Amino acid sequence: MAHPGKGKPPRVGDNPVFRRVLLTFVLVLVGLMIVAPLVVIGVEAFSKGVAYFGAAIAHPDTRHAIMLTVITALIAVPINTAFGVAAAWAITKHDFPGKRLLIVIIEIPFSVSPIVAGVAYLFVFGLQGLFGHALQTMEIKILFALPGIVLASMFVTAPFVARELIPLMQAQGRDLEEAATSLGASGWRTFFSVTLPNIKWALLYGVVLCNSRVMGEFGAVSVVSGNIRGQTNTLPLHIELLYHDYNAAGSFAAASILAGLAIVTLVVKVALERQGAGRIQRPSALAGADTVTPEVKP
Amino acid sequence: MKIRLDNVVKEFETFRAVHGVSLDIDSGELVALLGPSGSGKTTILRMVAGLEYADAGAIYFGDENATEIPVRDRGVGFVFQHYALFPHMTVGENIAFGMKVSKIKRSPQAIAARVKELLDLVQLSGLKDRFPGQISGGQRQRVALARALAVDPRVLLLDEPFGALDANVRRDLRRWLRKIHDELGITTLFVTHDQEEALDLADRVVILNKGKIVQEGTPEAVCRNPADAFVMNFLGDANRLEAEIRGGKAHVDGVAFEADGVADGSGQILFRPADVSWREDGQGIAARIVRVIDRPDSRRVLAMTESGQAVEFDTAPEFTHRRGDAGFLDIRRPRVYAAA
Repeated sequence: MAHPGKGKPPRVGDNPVFRRVLLTFVLVLVGLMIVAPLVVIGVEAFSKGVAYFGAAIAHPDTRHAIMLTVITALIAVPINTAFGVAAAWAITKHDFPGKRLLIVIIEIPFSVSPIVAGVAYLFVFGLQGLFGHALQTMEIKILFALPGIVLASMFVTAPFVARELIPLMQAQGRDLEEAATSLGASGWRTFFSVTLPNIKWALLYGVVLCNSRVMGEFGAVSVVSGNIRGQTNTLPLHIELLYHDYNAAGSFAAASILAGLAIVTLVVKVALERQGAGRIQRPSALAGADTVTPEVKP
Repeated sequence: MKIRLDNVVKEFETFRAVHGVSLDIDSGELVALLGPSGSGKTTILRMVAGLEYADAGAIYFGDENATEIPVRDRGVGFVFQHYALFPHMTVGENIAFGMKVSKIKRSPQAIAARVKELLDLVQLSGLKDRFPGQISGGQRQRVALARALAVDPRVLLLDEPFGALDANVRRDLRRWLRKIHDELGITTLFVTHDQEEALDLADRVVILNKGKIVQEGTPEAVCRNPADAFVMNFLGDANRLEAEIRGGKAHVDGVAFEADGVADGSGQILFRPADVSWREDGQGIAARIVRVIDRPDSRRVLAMTESGQAVEFDTAPEFTHRRGDAGFLDIRRPRVYAAA
């Protein structure tokens, strides 16, 4: 026998017709907007065969673009991580006037179009800009060179780490740090043995997001880099360049690298979420991830 | 360790300020700071700990001026209201933390032995490898106490130690804390807004209101002789009747009460619900019963005097009068104060 009252939803809001329509709508959109383009990249990248794909990747300009992107990430991500931890620490564990304003300012890069950031950097460091002349006489090259690319990437990704940490550290309050200090721990000791272990998953999550954004950033970088092939072209810029050269297969091959990086990031992100990133402590998750307890030693 | 607070002041933009508090705590004494929220009691405790610095005044530990000594070097054990256990460390690691970071180097064996000793003391021997999230609130608070005691503090400070626990656990832990204190003899200062907790636990109770001490003394002294209407009200249920003071007597509805030392003018008399008898022979303040509420061990009667002032009192379960009955309130142990 079926349930009494057959045909009625088992719970309020669980009407089968509505559920099916809703699911179909979401799945169709996901397929059209997210899955299909990714599949196209994969298919097109190999449309002229594996050998052509290999050659496209091995092209010196593509290799240089990959290198440049990785170098940019290696510089921008650690700096923004340090900035994010410092900002979150300052905002959540200290009181000072203008605290709310600071939170808002840190979030500006989220709401400003990256191209605006790029143009702003042009205005500050460009030849006609504020410091342009001084920089030129000192022979310091910021625009159309690595420093400009790194600066623009850092602007765009500045909030990522701080944004992950602030809500978590706010929820945790200051009790733990006060307890550690009252037990005789120094500031560094308190940070490394009490604060850091309690934010590590959220911190890693923020770093992963920051990294994927740095590697994929197009708008701000395209303005400040000057698109010099083999010199200041990052991977996203190089993809566009190849595409404009009517080298679709090459462009898709390069794009597949970027998509591959994104998928690695995604896997790491899901793994981190399983570990409890961004959530208040789950002792089991932390217990499993923690180092061996001293008592286990012989 | 003797503690002395000398005219300690702390100003905040918010209400929880402390306005010139002086207090002496003898070595080995267990003292409660009792007051409503915002009375400054936690701020005083945090200043003694060094978690906050006083704006003015001085705090002495023995003969040493501890006012400027940072919390790290002050040698206090602090127990937080919400335990503040390190969630990523086991119970054993939590207790060992203070010894590991200490400037006094201890061998791992010595630390392990001390952790075991403390776990025995707080009766949690089997829970060494559990995480704080895996034990109950009462157990967490005991771990927090063990952790605070591990560094051999000169003074033990507890901030609303049982505030987050349910009533039964709270009563058990209270008696247990008293036992531990008697065993260790460590000078202990704790903050509470629960008068029952303060009276149950402490050798001496310090009652605070609006950042000032209003009365201090043994539980017996503050209960039997409340300094003012605030203390009388704060320590327990109290009835209040407006009175007129004339020539050393307080007059309420034609009945006079002794009012030695209270200046003439408007005043008030306060008394406990247990200190009222219902009589029908004309002795006391005339009143009429408004409602009778039943309790497991007594009946609580709500009555209204002829002048329209409400009085509540407790009677034996055998009390048979009902709503609307008229009679007289015979008040024992009334306390007369000038009007606030």
